[in-house]
Amino acid sequence: MTNDIIILPLVVHFFLSILLMFFWNKLNFQKIVSVVGNAVALGVAIWAFTFVYNNGTQIVESGDWPAPFGIVFVGDMLAVTLVLLTAIAGFAVSIFSTISVIKARLRFGYFSVFHFLLLGLNGAFLTGDIFNLYVWFEIIIISSFVLISIGGEKSQLEGAVKYFALNFFASMIFLTALGVLYGLVGTLNMADISLKIAEVKDTTLVEISAVLFLVGFGIKSAIFPLYFWLPASYHTPPSAVSAIFAGLLTKVGVYALIRIFTLIYGGDSFLTILLLTLAIMTIFSGGVGAIIQNNIKKVFMYFIICHIGFMIGGLALFTEVAMAGVIFYLIHDIIIKTNLFLISGLIYRIKGTTNMKKLGGLYANYPKLSLLMAIPLFSLIGIPPLSGFWPKISLILASFNAQEYWFFGALIFGSLITLIVIAKLWSEVFWKNQPEISFPEKFIYFNQLRFGQKFTFIFPIAFLTFVTLYIGFGAEHIQQLSQRIATELINNELYIDAVLKR
Amino acid sequence: MRTIILKSASSYLLPVLLLFSVFILLRGHYLPGGGFVGGLVAAIAFVLDAFSNGLDKAKKILKFHPGFLMPVGLMIAFLSGISPMLLADLPMMTGIWAENPIPVIGAIGSPLFFDIGVYLVVIGSSLTIIFTISESV
Repeated sequence: MTNDIIILPLVVHFFLSILLMFFWNKLNFQKIVSVVGNAVALGVAIWAFTFVYNNGTQIVESGDWPAPFGIVFVGDMLAVTLVLLTAIAGFAVSIFSTISVIKARLRFGYFSVFHFLLLGLNGAFLTGDIFNLYVWFEIIIISSFVLISIGGEKSQLEGAVKYFALNFFASMIFLTALGVLYGLVGTLNMADISLKIAEVKDTTLVEISAVLFLVGFGIKSAIFPLYFWLPASYHTPPSAVSAIFAGLLTKVGVYALIRIFTLIYGGDSFLTILLLTLAIMTIFSGGVGAIIQNNIKKVFMYFIICHIGFMIGGLALFTEVAMAGVIFYLIHDIIIKTNLFLISGLIYRIKGTTNMKKLGGLYANYPKLSLLMAIPLFSLIGIPPLSGFWPKISLILASFNAQEYWFFGALIFGSLITLIVIAKLWSEVFWKNQPEISFPEKFIYFNQLRFGQKFTFIFPIAFLTFVTLYIGFGAEHIQQLSQRIATELINNELYIDAVLKR
Repeated sequence: MRTIILKSASSYLLPVLLLFSVFILLRGHYLPGGGFVGGLVAAIAFVLDAFSNGLDKAKKILKFHPGFLMPVGLMIAFLSGISPMLLADLPMMTGIWAENPIPVIGAIGSPLFFDIGVYLVVIGSSLTIIFTISESV
């Protein structure tokens, strides 16, 4: 059993989603099972994480087929860290979903599909087979499409169609890239591909497949010219759904890029220039987009795009310092982006709108809650002891060492623009007096909720804020972890040896 | 489409098609076929009945909502997938087989139950889709 520990998160989520399908109409029971199940999944993820942390990379050969032939699940440090973060975000969002998502949506199997989404995410992080990665991406797309369109409002369907069309297109490009790669090396196991691609003589085709992968994953992770689906769709579903999308869906694209470009196409000079250019443009366009938005949710969405650029740029530099920064930023970003969308959901519940022009006076009415919300917002900027600060040191240091001053400038620009926008958001939403507007009447406001219901809104935010504070104040541990992952990624022989048992 | 020919033919075809679907399910171990195709054939049997005798009668034959078959099938497939982990200390999805084959069915092992799970999921999902569409038309 102990060898199988890394796939237990998959087993737990799969079991939960099937169990929830049996109780299709019993909503209260579904809520309890989902929250308890996510707590169990969190425990399993912590167990798997500590096991891999102490014993090194674990692999599971499904079907007992030896490595290059069968599908392997590889639990290296990067994968189990992301599984742990998924479990943390999933736990928080499932609690947040219980009251904030209305019954009309929950009735259509919301929780079951939610667990399928988490299953897909965990699978994508753990698989060591590139075609299997494609399959997990499909599971993620299908379940996220259900979650984004559940409820069937007009604006939602419009967002869902854009989301689905472009992500489906991305999958097609991913599949094409897979075909080209398979034609070149004749294997699908990522470790095996990594060995065999060095022997391929036709480097043009290798680069073509690399660019195809970049486009496919680039659409999914919303990098510069390919991000237009994200602002068009992420604000339409309920905040709980947006939170899990914001925290994890784009990051799974970033994860795939990290995996592919460290393991298979490491250190190609053409790709370095391409990735750096895209990263700089992504930071710039995301930041500029965030400045002009007036809806809180849309501001946060452009921040997702802006901060993806930080990670892609760090990946392009491809040094250990830069990779440590990327991993640290990824850890920080998953928690913080999930939390930001939960916060926008709470603000919506308090005031009935997320438009900055109509909001105001939050600090006067809810001082304690405002202070709670201030921590993630300040962490996002990277005010020194908080979590956003530490990865930026590594990234800035790495860009300076590599003499990539454009990226250096983009990092400073991205941080500054985040500061400006958050300052604007803080003064508009929290400090400004409440403007005279008519509030919708048929709306259950936050202060009309019972204590237990209020708890389901505040606890997830407090929980994620606590994790953020740990990332900030326990930065030493996270930095050690990130450096270990970075070393494993740069020296990919460790991964290959573990998978192929050489 | 309530013609006498279709009506009398479908009453004979329903059991034959269902038997045929089970045959395809079992033969899938060694020859083309298996759970997916078998499930489609079984679903077609009910769809044909719905065409000739009306949707309500087809639903009466089924006795329960076809959507219920989906979680049942998924659960069977899931249990067969993790059974090697629980029973034999092997990685998941490894086929574990009983020693002695049983006459008509052949060798019994966890892949057979996986196939039965797929069979039920395919029947459940395709019938749910078709019944829902024909209700709303």
